[in-house]
Amino acid sequence: MTTRTSASDLILRLYLAIFFIYLLLPLAVMGIATFNTSKFPTVTPWLGTTTQWFGALMADNQMWVGLTNSVIVGIAVILISVPIGVAAAMLLDGVHRRAKSMLYAVMVSPLLTPGVIIGISTLVFWDRLGVKGGLHLSVIGQSSFIIAYVMLMVSARLQRFDRTLEEAALDLGGTHMQVFRRILFPYLKPAVFAGAVLAFFQSFENYNTTLFTRGTDVTLTVYIASKVRTGLTPAVNALALILIAITIAGAIAYEISRRQAAAEAAAAKKRAAEADTMAELKIA
Amino acid sequence: MSELVKRYGLGITTAMVLVTAFWLIVMVVLPALVMVEYSFHTNVPVTKRGGPEDYYTLDNYLSLVRGTDWSTWTFPNDFRVFLRTIWGAALVTLLSLVVCYPVAWYVAKLAKPQRAAMLLLLLVIPFWVNEILRTFAWYIILAYQGPLNAALLGIGILEKPVRWLSGSGGVLIGMVYAFLLFMMFPLINAIETLDMNQVEAAEDLGAPWWQIHRRIVIPHAKPGIAVGCIMVFVLAASSYIVPSLLGSPGTRWFTETIYVWFFEGQNWPRGSAYAFILLGLCVGFIMLMMRIFRVGLADIAK
Repeated sequence: MTTRTSASDLILRLYLAIFFIYLLLPLAVMGIATFNTSKFPTVTPWLGTTTQWFGALMADNQMWVGLTNSVIVGIAVILISVPIGVAAAMLLDGVHRRAKSMLYAVMVSPLLTPGVIIGISTLVFWDRLGVKGGLHLSVIGQSSFIIAYVMLMVSARLQRFDRTLEEAALDLGGTHMQVFRRILFPYLKPAVFAGAVLAFFQSFENYNTTLFTRGTDVTLTVYIASKVRTGLTPAVNALALILIAITIAGAIAYEISRRQAAAEAAAAKKRAAEADTMAELKIA
Repeated sequence: MSELVKRYGLGITTAMVLVTAFWLIVMVVLPALVMVEYSFHTNVPVTKRGGPEDYYTLDNYLSLVRGTDWSTWTFPNDFRVFLRTIWGAALVTLLSLVVCYPVAWYVAKLAKPQRAAMLLLLLVIPFWVNEILRTFAWYIILAYQGPLNAALLGIGILEKPVRWLSGSGGVLIGMVYAFLLFMMFPLINAIETLDMNQVEAAEDLGAPWWQIHRRIVIPHAKPGIAVGCIMVFVLAASSYIVPSLLGSPGTRWFTETIYVWFFEGQNWPRGSAYAFILLGLCVGFIMLMMRIFRVGLADIAK
């Protein structure tokens, strides 16, 4: 890109700077407002520096109820979506081509369905069966699309699985259950673990589906939304700051592990390519 | 099927099929069908269900447009909200595309690898932050006494503070901010695969920069543009938190109308009908994009 004129280059760079300020400054303002003594969370005017809002947050009983509920729902979602997601991925891997694309379309459809509609259909369906809204319904509603995420993650790894390993084990007299436990599952484990983490995260931050299915129960996201509308103090900022800190740590850890996995895959591919060339050379 | 049994054994195959069927039938397909069926019912209390007042009707759908007068361009309230939602979501989609494109181009092609990795991390972090918190951040910034007004007053652009949160502006700004990264990553992924020799060849032949983008980069990025537009449009059209935090009664969104019919109007059949209409809007948009840009379902789910 040496032929680019420096003027257009400068404009692009300026635009990038503005873009990243736009992207990150609001989050910074939200975090900084935690330390302002002002009752309404803001940075202008700055009335004095304090950490009192963390204390106010810790003393808020509702927050603890919401947090506990969110954790319970998240764990329940993991327990439902991970086994079903693995089963669905294995099924998808095993069926024939035509059935596969059909099944795939049905399986990923919840990912393209708006969260509010998943919530509404879950609410209406279970109401007809006599089940009222509550955390249990939020678990079911959230799982219906989170399973698809787990399925996609496990599928991606399953595609690279060497099936001759399975066949060899069966030929040597292993039972199907043994083959699954000793060969397939250990191979899938990293994807299963990543799927579980993603499932919890998706559940924890879910609002749209939860809104319609929750009944009168309150999760952490519902708590935050209601606090912003009524009774907003910088205690909400304190919570936001804590959640963002955890998120950043998690995002960095996830990025690192993803890059390691990508590097491993690239190395494996390179080895395979080298082996291929060696084989070709031998044949020649 | 027989191949599955041969590979996994009868026990595992049965378990696999059963749990997958449970998911797809009981958790995905049936709820959707029941919701649609319910939307054709009259609104009667539970005790009168199946009685003479409980019959099939199109009324819940027709009520959306009832009272529309095309000659004077007046619409009933719910329909106006619906039209505003379509228009708003389309605008948010277009704005996101315009805002993201230069950044995606830079990160995917112009930046040196190390710098690109750094910028990607800066993009990933806000992407993982909860949608409510991203919206809340703008709630603080756009507040009447907030930093935006203070800054604009300070440098003399404004004479008096603006009520950002009482018009559609706040909702649009918040939505672009909340959903823009769903445009960014598909764009980066698509542009990354472009062979830069094509660009260099065009430059050597004297093409100006905008021709290069119009004739080479944008056509190549089509799948990414399609996926990004689908994601942002669906998220914006079905967003509840952004209009409820950054909007005012005058800027109600269709999801809020649905919520009101469910929990304040206690009219579930109508709420279901409106939810189905919203779903139809999203599916219609997805199919339109898939046709225009010729992409498949597998590209989107990535």
